Amino acid sequence: MTLDRRRMLALACGATLAAALSRPLAAQDRGRVVVVGGGFGGATAARMLARFGHDVTLVERNAAYVSCPGSNAVLGGFDSMATLTFPLAGAVQDNLRIVQDAAVDVDPVAGTVTLAGGEVLPWDRLVLSPGVDMRYDVLPGYDEAAAELMPHAWKAGPQTTLLRAQLEAMEDGGIVVIAPPENPFRCPPGPYERASLIAHYLSQTKPASRILILDAKETFSKQPLFTEAWDRLYPGMIEFRPPSFGGRVVAVDAATRTLVTDFGDVIAAVANVIPPQRAGAIAAIAGVVDETGWCPVSGVTFESDLVPGIHVIGDACAPGAMPKSAFAANAQAKVAAQAIDALFRAATPPDPKLVNTCYSLAAPDHGFTVAGVYQTVDGKLAEITDAGGLSPLDAPAEVRALEAGYARSWYAAITHEAFGV
Amino acid sequence: MRQVLLIVLGLSASGSAAQDAPPGATTCSGCHGAGSSLPLDALTAEDIVTAMAAFRDGTRAATLMPRLAAGFSDAEIAAIAAWIAAQEDGQ
Repeated sequence: MTLDRRRMLALACGATLAAALSRPLAAQDRGRVVVVGGGFGGATAARMLARFGHDVTLVERNAAYVSCPGSNAVLGGFDSMATLTFPLAGAVQDNLRIVQDAAVDVDPVAGTVTLAGGEVLPWDRLVLSPGVDMRYDVLPGYDEAAAELMPHAWKAGPQTTLLRAQLEAMEDGGIVVIAPPENPFRCPPGPYERASLIAHYLSQTKPASRILILDAKETFSKQPLFTEAWDRLYPGMIEFRPPSFGGRVVAVDAATRTLVTDFGDVIAAVANVIPPQRAGAIAAIAGVVDETGWCPVSGVTFESDLVPGIHVIGDACAPGAMPKSAFAANAQAKVAAQAIDALFRAATPPDPKLVNTCYSLAAPDHGFTVAGVYQTVDGKLAEITDAGGLSPLDAPAEVRALEAGYARSWYAAITHEAFGV
Repeated sequence: MRQVLLIVLGLSASGSAAQDAPPGATTCSGCHGAGSSLPLDALTAEDIVTAMAAFRDGTRAATLMPRLAAGFSDAEIAAIAAWIAAQEDGQ
């Protein structure tokens, strides 16, 4: 076959990568898998295991998944909630059983999941991809009711719409406070992308306004790149205040939009409080959460260190060095699916290598990345020190625009692989 | 041509199934899968090996790939490239 013919064939077939060439599965190797959570991790894992030939049930409480990646663009006024919303079409394409319900109990001995509606699902292996829950027991004054006045918007959906409405209603000259938590939390660069894209909106519509980041951390993800972008794009509009400069929020009063710090009170026109987080509730019910609030797992199989037979992927898991990102959840889902398939065939799962890439936008045409490559060391993921890292500083605007375009391309590819649309 | 076909069939039998992806290979589709503006569909294994080597030694500039290529050995890249190319041919 000539090179040209091979290229043409490949083009004509419109090949996708992980979707291809599944080996026929022997009947005795077919396993029953329940996947809880239809986000970037769960949807990807469920589809891949179904394509391998296993008997897969995907449990997701909502009819559609609302993507956190992209939600800061909604706050910035240049994207819509509709573009973040993905019905579980891919699961339908791959013939898995989808149950729209909440998982409320797990029995690891019997190997069952119980749903709110009463159905009991048996499994040989369970995959939990429950994402994060906000912790309302850490910051005095910040509970679920307070989140309706000072939205976290750290799960995309009504909270995103609420924060956007508050920004639209705000008068020019107001202070927008963003209060990010300590590490680890979902999407480490997210609060700073959010500050950037809110600044993009305010600089066009309410240019006398300011953004104050009251942070629980001294430093943050991609800090040199964000700082450079803020100086270039929004001079004087965004202030980062770490704990050493009185930035740590120690309490809030939601009714008056007051944030209390060790150095005095700040009254915000709009307050976005991002509280500390932990693994989604079903993980604790299943017994796979440790004292950190997260789920320690193998970096090879993503099987829980605490309960055999239960695998945890995505933001809820602690496999070693990977950050909590949609990219990581999708990459972990594919590795876990491959490992689970091997375990059903009584084969040894191979030591994987994983990649994470996080795109951030500082403006619609200004993007940059942090990347990492991970390998297993003593069963946990460790970052390879001479790979990965940040986009370069001092890059020309054209390079930032190129990365912003690649960010959109990444989003199209990952949402297609996870959700099939 | 028969030789190439035999090699492709041999790969299919011995390690090109999706279940047998070599370390790192399934991560690529997160950016380069269907819907991407940078698909790998038209690339041969040799194309992928050449590109990754050039990213790694700095002779080909790119926004991101040099930072990722630095984390993979020649043998790992060869295995990933062969697997990706085999997936495409099998569709």
